[in-house]
Amino acid sequence: MSVLQALDVGLAFLVFAVAAWTVFAPGPFAATVGYVVYGLLLSLVWIRLFAVDVALTEAAIGSGVTGVLLIGAAARLRGAETTPAEEALTGLTRLFAAGLCLLVAAALAAVVLLLPDQGPTLAPQSMERLPETGLGNPVTAVLIAFRSFDTMLEKVVLVLGVVGVWSLAADRYWGGAPGEARAERPEPTLAFFAQVLAPIGILVGVHVFWVGADEPGGAFQGGAILAAMWMIVMMARLTEAPQASAFWLRLALIAGPAVFLAAGVAGAVVAGGFFAYPPGLAKPLILFIETFMTFTIAVTLPMLVAGPPRREPRR
Amino acid sequence: MSLALDLFSIAAISAGVFFFLAGTVGLLRFPDALSRLHALTKADNLGLGLIVLGLLPRAESLLAALMLVAIWALVQLAGATAAQLIGRAVRRKGPAI
Repeated sequence: MSVLQALDVGLAFLVFAVAAWTVFAPGPFAATVGYVVYGLLLSLVWIRLFAVDVALTEAAIGSGVTGVLLIGAAARLRGAETTPAEEALTGLTRLFAAGLCLLVAAALAAVVLLLPDQGPTLAPQSMERLPETGLGNPVTAVLIAFRSFDTMLEKVVLVLGVVGVWSLAADRYWGGAPGEARAERPEPTLAFFAQVLAPIGILVGVHVFWVGADEPGGAFQGGAILAAMWMIVMMARLTEAPQASAFWLRLALIAGPAVFLAAGVAGAVVAGGFFAYPPGLAKPLILFIETFMTFTIAVTLPMLVAGPPRREPRR
Repeated sequence: MSLALDLFSIAAISAGVFFFLAGTVGLLRFPDALSRLHALTKADNLGLGLIVLGLLPRAESLLAALMLVAIWALVQLAGATAAQLIGRAVRRKGPAI
């Protein structure tokens, strides 16, 4: 066994160990920390599988943004960690739950093991048609050209997520601003960190989006980095979240899917197919759509993290 | 020349791994939050710094080398900030465990 193989096996065991630790962690906060570590290890696994795009997404969304959301949830649950319902769980119920989990895991394992060694794949066809899109990164081509309808719907799901979060607001806060208000004197350490990091992070986010056409990266990863920069500036309380009723915010939330859908409909008229791109214009069109998508992702994710409106709207 | 660079890489990365190991042992063994934070800074700062130093001669281009240094600097910034925030929380509320 070569050194790299030994490292891979070690990495796989580490992923299992951290997963088990996350399940058996003593409380929500500890479990969240375990989950974030698990996500970062998974992105290393994806890099070893040469799927750098997936690794970037796993690190930014799976570990980063989801981690922030879960930490927020854990903080809200503090003090309510042992509910009466949880204490009332008898040994039999626990045994039943464990049995069900084992059954699901065994069924999944069986399905994976029963797959044919050479699964059905569209990869050769995708690589063959890649030059027609003018892109160099096949993952971006699949996301924005070959399977563009799926990607558009994913962004719609994100917008629905924000609508769902906002609906949790109390009636009198409807349309108000979520999160903490801007502080007169922000906490100095965090404020310094946000002020130094945000300009660098914005540069990195735009870079990751831009190179996505030819190298690993793209709208989702770049947008997530930009989103993180807005989050950190809001967490440092250097700025505050906009009111949920702000027209520009609502426009920003739908800009990505709306432009994507408009391009798709235009394709039906101009290029002879729903979500078809006219030949030769594919790359500029894809970059145009991705620009708006990046912007929408950068606005949507911080709104998810900021949570439901918590202050009365100013009129 | 390339042998000397390889030896330099091996030495620097080994030293970096040693600091990571020392920092982790300290994190696991030290009695309270503040001294555990103190141990962690060794891994962040010296450990990663030495590993980046060892990787610099192996970088494909000047840009890649600059990126490695930038990663080290960003980890420094994040680590120092997190340590400050945790330290402050410990002082204000007392140790959690």
